Amino acid sequence: MSRVGSPLSPQRRRFLQDSARVAGGCVAAGSLLAWLARDARALPAEALRPPGALPEKDFLSACIRCGLCVRECPYDTLKLAELGVDAVATGTPYFTARDVPCEMCDDIPCVAACPTGALDPGLDNIDDAKMGVAVLVDQENCLNFLGLRCDVCYRVCPVIDEAITLETEHNARSGSHAIFIPTVHADHCTGCGVCEKSCVLPEAAIKVLPARLARGSSADHYRKGWEEKEAKGAPVVEGIIDLPDRLPGPGTDNLVAPGGFEPSFNLPEVTQ
Amino acid sequence: MTARTHMPLGQEAIAAKGWLSAYKYLLLRRASQLFFLVLFLLGPWFGVWIVQGTLAGSLTLGVLPLTDPFVFLQSLIAGHWPELTAAIGAAIVLIAYALIGGRVYCSWVCPINPVTDGAHWLHRKLGLQKGWQPKRGTRLWIMVTVLIVSGLTGAIAWELVNPITMLHRGLIFGMGFVWAMIAAIFLFDLFVSRHGWCGHVCPVGAFYGLIGSKAMLRVSATNRTACDDCMDCYAVCPENHVISPALKGKDTPLILSPDCTNCGRCIDICAEDVFKFTHRFDALTVAPPEPTAAPEPRASRPF
Repeated sequence: MSRVGSPLSPQRRRFLQDSARVAGGCVAAGSLLAWLARDARALPAEALRPPGALPEKDFLSACIRCGLCVRECPYDTLKLAELGVDAVATGTPYFTARDVPCEMCDDIPCVAACPTGALDPGLDNIDDAKMGVAVLVDQENCLNFLGLRCDVCYRVCPVIDEAITLETEHNARSGSHAIFIPTVHADHCTGCGVCEKSCVLPEAAIKVLPARLARGSSADHYRKGWEEKEAKGAPVVEGIIDLPDRLPGPGTDNLVAPGGFEPSFNLPEVTQ
Repeated sequence: MTARTHMPLGQEAIAAKGWLSAYKYLLLRRASQLFFLVLFLLGPWFGVWIVQGTLAGSLTLGVLPLTDPFVFLQSLIAGHWPELTAAIGAAIVLIAYALIGGRVYCSWVCPINPVTDGAHWLHRKLGLQKGWQPKRGTRLWIMVTVLIVSGLTGAIAWELVNPITMLHRGLIFGMGFVWAMIAAIFLFDLFVSRHGWCGHVCPVGAFYGLIGSKAMLRVSATNRTACDDCMDCYAVCPENHVISPALKGKDTPLILSPDCTNCGRCIDICAEDVFKFTHRFDALTVAPPEPTAAPEPRASRPF
């Protein structure tokens, strides 16, 4: 092997080797740590953060895992996640509604205790908390849906008649009764989980889920015509001719309606 | 070197000063570590709430907030601007350790220290090889990496693996599988790398070393002329590269390296009382005795 130019310096070789080793080690260790950091964001659906908790991504940048919120919680609702036991980022506070729900203290001591603002001190009214949203997940087993008057989730709700209402519907099974459907109104639901805790079934039919799972969202460009019309006080499209609607009744081509007649044309029947 | 190099470690100190003096700072350190742990445990175990929280963040007597400045820094870099309480807490801790000595945290407070000290004790008893010894700068690079990862992922990165806060939180709030992590560190220090975790890897120690680099409390080899090269201080020191400049150098006898944890084991183990705790402006050395008299025991010198 022939050398061209100045002889290679052993110091330079050593420096380059050491630098490569440091850089390689840092990238390897950093990647591992970054993977753990990304993984830590996967908060299980049944784990709820305390009131005022920042969105999960921001929460992990703010929570120093000191446990002061846990200490201030008078109902022992909050727990710190344990390594390898709870699938929540280790050492961060959470609660499981079915075990101990949030009792929605007026003075919100957990938020007051947080030294970093991971629990937003801007939350001064516990009714504005958004820990999750209750969802009646099992209509087949919910006693009220079966036509019985359980009503427990409705009655225990700290925001009764706003967060949960009972909506009546005809009971088609009995033909002569009403069904009182527990209905959650997400705008008012704090996600405290008292309903889930109180559900009398062995496995709760109503559960608090994180908003990301519990809720859909309306597209930005959607406008509800009836709201727009009311806001404007007139039809949204000007100059529209409002023709009379063809209602069921005498004179319509609908045999079901009283006085109806057979339509002049029927769609060809589809055979399967 | 003398034949005393081959005597069992510390035997000379015990013979010269008595058992209690030969373990003085070690005992004080264990007492201090226990004290800080018990402060945190009094609440959850006995309902006496003096300190709430963990080493990451705490509230003492309902008024004094303390925050780990390294966790605080990661939080800042991750993009969160913490509330004033945490900032005040971090400032208090930062100033305290910057004045006293950064790595005083490592040897007098940190709950991992007894674990790695235990591993080192067994390592010595078993006469094992020192194993993998990465460069002393490694932990600084790990620290930088942790800060970068915090910035990139927007999470307080080291708290995902930090055995210090995990063990501390485990004792106070519930252990989970933290014991496995602690066992891993013990075995790492025992079989893979002597003084590996605290001396080469831990970025928390590196951070505290940095903030305490101009701190007051220092060990000084004031009486270095009395050194008889028994090497016991090198054997017990967890960061033994810090000794030579002070003990064998011609300049200041102060151990000024930020790596020194102020554990005081060198003071304990030295039968000749070469070392002592002092402040960083005390550069005094005991005047060298007459060259011919140096190897003689002091008692035999005519006065």
